[in-house]
Amino acid sequence: MPIPNKITRTLDLAQPQDKVWAALTTLEGLTSWFGSHAEGEVAPGHDVRMRWQEYGNAEQTLAIQVVDPMSVFAYCWSINGAPEGDPRRTYVEFVLEPTAAGTRLTVTESGFAQLPQEWLETSYQGNVQGWGAELAELVNYLNAA
Amino acid sequence: MPPDLEDVSASVFTALADPNRRAILASLAEHGPSTSTDLAGRLAITRQGIAKHLALLTDAGLVTSSSGTGRRVLYRHRSEPIRIAQSYLAALAADWDNSLDRLSRFLAAP
Repeated sequence: MPIPNKITRTLDLAQPQDKVWAALTTLEGLTSWFGSHAEGEVAPGHDVRMRWQEYGNAEQTLAIQVVDPMSVFAYCWSINGAPEGDPRRTYVEFVLEPTAAGTRLTVTESGFAQLPQEWLETSYQGNVQGWGAELAELVNYLNAA
Repeated sequence: MPPDLEDVSASVFTALADPNRRAILASLAEHGPSTSTDLAGRLAITRQGIAKHLALLTDAGLVTSSSGTGRRVLYRHRSEPIRIAQSYLAALAADWDNSLDRLSRFLAAP
């Protein structure tokens, strides 16, 4: 049972790219289909804090990574269910492409199969050193504002 | 080689599949490091059963043991394998199908 590191979905939408883009990258859009509340700025280096009423007011912070108008929107957020302070983040990317009928939207969430940082600091340090350095770089990259 | 994430989560789920092992882990999480005598006193499990489950939990990396005072061996809950299993559960808990259904409906609305 391999851990799925990456989740991908592709949607062929009948709407033009600008309408899909607005649904993904405006607070009004995000609260229309995603979370129930959102505040912050959808711009690289900024955070958008979201809340989900239907999940017991669960909160998540979207650390916005890429806002490439009409084509790529990406953010990092914490691993669902991990305790507060856990440094692991998954990377969520929305890619828009024009089609004859409208827009193709591809959503990818990756980084589920990460090694917890604490693991690297305890008994497995010796045999994971090389891999650990790469992971640390990944975490830094993902956390970079 | 990193520890195999798949093997680690498999051993966590195997360990958690047994109600007595869940009880032992829950007791260590609640009360902190304990001896097998402490655990036998708290749980409705024989001392023999406690020893057998502690051995499996130790192999799975979910429990570590250390010498306490005298000849007492203290068992301690270890969270790292749980965090790896959490990654697995997070992938299963990701709710993109429902979110994207809502996005499609929102976009199609007049």
